[in-house]
This record gives sequence, structure tokens and C-alpha cells, in this order.
Amino acid sequence: MGGFWHYLFNHPGEEVWSWTKTTLWLGALPVVIGLLIALPIGWLAHRYRWTYPPIVSVAGIIYTIPSLVLFLVLPGILGTGILDPVNVAVALTIYTVALLVRVVSDGLSAVSPETMAAATAMGFSGWQRLVKVQLPLAVPVIGAGLRVAAVSNVSLISVASVVGVTQLGQLFKDSLLQVTLARQVDPAVLGILLFFVIAFAFDLVILLAIRLLTPWQRAVRS
Amino acid sequence: MIRFENVGKAYEDGTLAVDDLSLEAPSGQITVFVGPSGCGKTTSLRMINRMIDPTHGRIWLDDRDTASINPSQLRRGIGYVIQHAGLFPHRTVLDNVATVPMLLGTDRRTARANALELLERVGLPATFAKRYPAQLSGGQQQRVGVARALAADPPVMLMDEPFSAVDPVVREQLQNEFLRLQSELGKTIAFVTHDIDEAIKLGDKVAVMRVGGKLAQFAAPAELLSRPADAFVAGFVGRDRGYRALGFAAAGSLPLSDEAAVTLGQTLRAARDVAQDGWALVVDADAKPQGWLALGGLADSALEGTVTPDLLNLGGTLATEAGTLREALDAALSSPSGRGVVVRDDGRFAGTITAAQVLGRIESRAADIRADTVQAANLGGQA
Repeated sequence: MGGFWHYLFNHPGEEVWSWTKTTLWLGALPVVIGLLIALPIGWLAHRYRWTYPPIVSVAGIIYTIPSLVLFLVLPGILGTGILDPVNVAVALTIYTVALLVRVVSDGLSAVSPETMAAATAMGFSGWQRLVKVQLPLAVPVIGAGLRVAAVSNVSLISVASVVGVTQLGQLFKDSLLQVTLARQVDPAVLGILLFFVIAFAFDLVILLAIRLLTPWQRAVRS
Repeated sequence: MIRFENVGKAYEDGTLAVDDLSLEAPSGQITVFVGPSGCGKTTSLRMINRMIDPTHGRIWLDDRDTASINPSQLRRGIGYVIQHAGLFPHRTVLDNVATVPMLLGTDRRTARANALELLERVGLPATFAKRYPAQLSGGQQQRVGVARALAADPPVMLMDEPFSAVDPVVREQLQNEFLRLQSELGKTIAFVTHDIDEAIKLGDKVAVMRVGGKLAQFAAPAELLSRPADAFVAGFVGRDRGYRALGFAAAGSLPLSDEAAVTLGQTLRAARDVAQDGWALVVDADAKPQGWLALGGLADSALEGTVTPDLLNLGGTLATEAGTLREALDAALSSPSGRGVVVRDDGRFAGTITAAQVLGRIESRAADIRADTVQAANLGGQA
């Protein structure tokens, strides 16, 4: 453990804390924005069924683009600096949208036709039906997709260190140096620990939100 | 009043779901659409609240053409009960019932208070208010479905096979309560079913439809049974229709025979003294019939015992004085003594009647109807 404390001593807590903050917002913001973008696109694929196959195919292709490629290509498209963390945020937003579009569409389609017919017959307008009946009932499905997106985003963030965007992934780079120089891997342990805590925290927040939004899911026949 | 005026629904491939339907569902009554699957009955129902728009003709609600009303507005003014209830799984029972009033702008508290009263009205305890639909049985869900349709007190209600997904015992219970509720509320109801017995039981008027969306016959249930318009209706209405038609014929004043009855707790000797043909009728202290007692093979020594419920034969059904000929005949046929028990409205014993007496009544009634029909046919011939 000596190397661990030695590392923290050489890299003041403020530095690790600032990397943590960058990691946190790089993890959270793309998920929120990605969801907001995926909702209307997913609705489109659900509402007009012929758009579903092309939309889902394109989303699938986008998701297979290696993150490193995206981190390097985006500055050229966005006109941002190569070290700008915005590149990472945009890339992760794109992945989130690609992952969630299908989930949103499937979640909306999974609401039973009887419930939808009842909503129409009660006199809900199309918009009211979507917001008050369909979306609430799709929360479990969309929420599950959101959890996958959030955790996978956190793991992708560390890759951004390779292109020089400083956040907690830095710990792994430093430990690579130390493995060769001093055979000390402690920064990597700290990195793994912090990434795990952050991923776990995101997952927990989303899980809690889902539970708050779906009390009916836990109601069982007594 | 719901009026179909030459209404048709053609799909793009040219098939007709409903073909030139014209009929008037009277205000305050139950009009049942019945027919095999694919006959267009549900399509007809859904055209009333414009969940499906007709391709031909008009549908009128009283003097308003439904095509001229905004669909959402129209639907909020029409109660709708769907098969399997179609409750919103994410809303509590109370909020399900309060759905339409809240859409119409009633504040949440008032809407929920009214919803609570309605739950009671459809026979659900207030403790169900906070539950979710998944916590209720099929029959209970359907009651909530009915309460939800009634919540905004719409003059018109549409019911699409509301009782077909529950078991037969619950179905009969729901049907009876539905009739009781309707007798209090007097809604104009369009009701869809594939079950002809349900149609005959519930309908004031029945529209029998055949595949291709054509109306085969539109008549009161009794007429449907006694005069099916064609072979299709006759076949659809089914067997036993002569007997079932008696269910719509008032018994009138039946020639009841007096019968001395024995009261529970009296001695078997007293029962033997009043028995006819070896059978004595047993009543309780309020003179309500309890069953028949067979006294045939009893030895004298056994007669000191008393009449207890476990000795009784419960096979006979009861007919009421104000009931139908079907009830009276059934009471006579099912009675172990051959004497059908007829009771007053309050359930007290009125007298007995034999199958022969009921048949005599059926015969004379049929003769009257035949005479009327001949006379009508003659008049028709003269015109």
C-alpha cells in the first residue's frame, strides 16, 4: 500500500478530485441528453413502423464505431480542439442515442393494445395518451436500457485518456508508466475503484428513479 | 338515442366490415349487437365513438351527427367498457375510475371522491381504492372498468364483450348487477357480445349480424326467439328457443292450488298428516318454502322425530307469482312431488301448480297468438 499513498502524495487530492468531477459530468450529461434525443426518434420508429428497420440499423452501425475513432474524428466535425472534453461528451451522447432509440421504440410498442384502445376510448388526445399512459408504462423497459447506457459510458470514458482528455482514466496511464518504471500498479487500483464507485452510483440513481416512477410494478396480488 | 343511417365501413382492399347498417338504439335501453366473429359488431360499436370512422353513412347521437364532433370530446361524453377491462396498469383503482372526469377538468379531489362512491356502487369495497389493477381478479377489474365508464355520468355507454373473459359464475353475477344498475341509471347502451344467451338476457333490443357486416335481424329478444327472420338467425339463436321464449312470457294469474305445509321443527307425524302422494312441503317460520319431505317409507315408530333441514329434498326450483311461464314450468318439472312451488314477491309460499296446468296456460296463450297472427295476415291480404 506504500505506493498507493506515495502516489496520492505526489498527485495532490485536488487533482484526483478534479479528474473525478470531469468523469462524473462526462458520465451523466450524455445519458441525459442522449435520452432526450432518443425519445422523439424512438417514438418515430414506433409510430411509423416503416421507419423502424432503417432507424434501428443505422443506430446499430453507429454503436459499432470504435470510441477512439469517434474521439479523434469529432474535433474535425465539431471544430473543437483535440483535447476538448466536449468531444468525449458528444461521442458518448451519440452512443447513448444509438443504444436507446431501439429501447424507446420497443418500450412504447410493448404497451398492450387494450390499454391503448381504452385510453383512446376515454378521450385522451394523441399527445395525452403518449405522455400519461404510454411513456409511464414504458419506463421499466427504457429504464433498463438507460442503466446499460450509463454503465457502458463510464467504462468508455477512460479510453479518452489515450487522446489526452484528462479525467480518472489518467490513473491507468500513470500506472502503465509505473509498471515499466517502478513496478507499482497502485494508481490503477485507485482508478478501478473510483470507476466502479461511479458506475455503481449512476446505476443506483437510475434504479431509484425507476422505482419511484413505477410503484405499480411492485404491487402484487395479496 | 343512437341512430345508424346507411353506415358502412370498407377497408382499402375492398372488404366490407360493416355493410349498409341502419338501426336506431333507443334511449335508456340496452341494444345488443350479436353475431359470429367477423360480423362487424365491434366495428359498429367503435364507429359510434369514432375509434373507427365509417366510410359510408352517418351515425347520430340524438340530433348530433358524430362526424361533426371532435373525436376526443365525443369520447369523453361516451362511457366505454372494454373486454378484459383494459385498465391502466400504472394507475390505482381510484385514479382509473377518475380518468374521464379529470380529462374533463374536474379537480383531483372531487374526481377521487366521486370515484370512491362509484366503487361502492359497482360492489367494490373502499379498501380497493389504493390498489393497482394487477392486484385484482378479472371480475373485480371488470367492475372497475364499469365504474370508470360511469364516472363522468355519460348518457351513452358502449360495452365491448365486457363479461366474456370471466368465469361463468362471476359472469352471471356481473350480468345481474349490470341489469340492476341499468334499471337505476337508464343509460343508452350499445353492447357487443358473441354469446346469444347473453344478448337475449340483457338486450331490450338485439341486432343479430352475419359475416360481411350485414344486419340479419333487429328485434326484441322474444320476437327473435319466436320469429327468426331467416335460417341464419334461427340457427344462431339455437335450440330450445321455443322453451327459452317462455322466459319472456308473463305467467299471469296461474291457477294455484292450496297446499298445507309443515313448518321446520314440527313432528314428522304432523308432516305425514298434511302430505299428498307421500310428499309434504316444508316452510320456515316466515312461510318461506325450504324443500320437500318424502314420507313414503317411514315406520310409525319413526314419526315422533321432528322435521329438520337435513331431511329435505332441495331439487325443486321456485317460481314467483309475477314471474314467467318458463319459471313456472321449470318449478313444476323440477319438483320432486310434481307440484311446482310458487312464491309471492316477498318469498312467502303462495301455492303449487302442476306441469299440466302450466302447459294448459301455454297452450291457450299460443292459441291466442296464432289467432292474432292469422287476423293480422288477413288484414294484410285485404290491404
